[in-house]
Amino acid sequence: MTSRTSGDWQPTAALEVLKLRARMLAGIRAFFSERGVLEVETPCLSAAATPDPALLSFHTLYTGPLYPHGQTLYLQTSPEFPMKRLLAAGSGSIYQICKVFRDGEAGRAHNPEFSLVEWYRVDCDLTQLMLEVDTLVRHLLDRHVALAATEKLSYREAFQRHAGLDPHTATAQDFARAARAQEIHTPPEMLAHHDVAIWRDLLLTHVIEPRLGQGRLTFLYDYPASQASLARVRPGNPPLAERFELYLNGMELANGFHELADASEQRTRFERQLHARSLEGRPPVPLDENLLAALANGLPDCSGVALGFDRLVMLASGARTIGEVIAFPLDRA
Amino acid sequence: MATYSTNEFKTGLKVMIDGSPGAIVENEFVKPGKGQAFSRVKIRNLKTGRIIERTFKSGDTIEAADVVDAEMQFLYNDGEFFHFMNPESYEQLGADKAAVGDNAKWLREQDVCIVTLWNGVPLSVEPPHTVTLKIVETDPGVRGDTSGGGGKPATLETGAVVRVPLFIQNGETIKVNTRTGEYISRA
Repeated sequence: MTSRTSGDWQPTAALEVLKLRARMLAGIRAFFSERGVLEVETPCLSAAATPDPALLSFHTLYTGPLYPHGQTLYLQTSPEFPMKRLLAAGSGSIYQICKVFRDGEAGRAHNPEFSLVEWYRVDCDLTQLMLEVDTLVRHLLDRHVALAATEKLSYREAFQRHAGLDPHTATAQDFARAARAQEIHTPPEMLAHHDVAIWRDLLLTHVIEPRLGQGRLTFLYDYPASQASLARVRPGNPPLAERFELYLNGMELANGFHELADASEQRTRFERQLHARSLEGRPPVPLDENLLAALANGLPDCSGVALGFDRLVMLASGARTIGEVIAFPLDRA
Repeated sequence: MATYSTNEFKTGLKVMIDGSPGAIVENEFVKPGKGQAFSRVKIRNLKTGRIIERTFKSGDTIEAADVVDAEMQFLYNDGEFFHFMNPESYEQLGADKAAVGDNAKWLREQDVCIVTLWNGVPLSVEPPHTVTLKIVETDPGVRGDTSGGGGKPATLETGAVVRVPLFIQNGETIKVNTRTGEYISRA
């Protein structure tokens, strides 16, 4: 953290970059307007929160009419749950540009509040959605970043190519060996970790991501079923999550799902995540019963994606840090 | 045993690494959108100067190193140890050659240096940014040359050799930048 000096009132982003942000926001709205996708707004504050152990929600207390004795409200980590309720209510394809909040995340490419462009396409599979993401991102980066032909790489191919192992069958020992071969050094306690998910994320962030999307958009797809989150899982050996992520110049830009519509499967995953949270010593969060009720009522077949808007501006403006593209990051907020 | 969690990591933090004291020189937060967060740090081993890379899972801890920087006055060199004194407490301690290293050539008696102590023992010594030292040997300059161009080597009272302008003579005192080893001006 920088020390408090008299200059701290000033924005960290140049005015030129803030103008670019505004133009890109207008470009996104024009893009969806042309395609007949409805812009929506949903609450930032909710009585429920995501149980995902990798996402930590801020919370606050509301006291007043309706809740005279106070009600804990969680700030959204993404607008996914209420947007799915709109889809279940028959909204058709929708998008939203909003602030989301994630506790514990601050760094070169992270700020605890940031802007997402999230959209859902009804009757659309992942291939079609990837094409739309590609079109939008190319449109927004036009004249800012030269892009070669887009590449699609399965999660398995990426690990085989850059880390020399199959991420679906490798053991914790295999991952540890690959990490050492790549000069990734961890404390000895890490080696005792038999949780393959942690090793996958270690190699993904340290070895694979930096090599993805060099001068081109790279879609990574077919994730391990354990990383399905809210995506459908396609049966097979191994079963694979119908999920993709988009990378450009080593930076993760977007995450997309063929959306899980099965309410009981969703409840099972939530409960598994709650259990994982408790094992990490984190307090439980209330599950979103409204989402589960909406899924039980029927979610249309749809695919959805969240695009990190600030990171897109970073790429368009050539910024090295997220602070260069937002007016007031955490240490000046 | 004091420890730091990954949330406390920042440049300059003193930590123990492989049994040696170190200072964090770079800390990067990395996290997949839906996955485990890590702190990827570069740590300078304060004994060897080597940079070590290490990755910690967010929430993991690392042992703190009891490393402090103290302003101390250089007293004398007895051939084995360089002796320093805390100007407030008058406490004295000796730094060995490994701790002083190349900086020995800038140490003039009475000068105040930054002595980095690990568990009370000197790890490294940083001389003042600018030191004033007497020239003990240099070739006589060309008479009348005051341009400062060219230059010639001069040996200083501490044994350091710096390039000085041709007009500088034996026995003069000069100011030297200890970070670059360059002549600044006549003292």
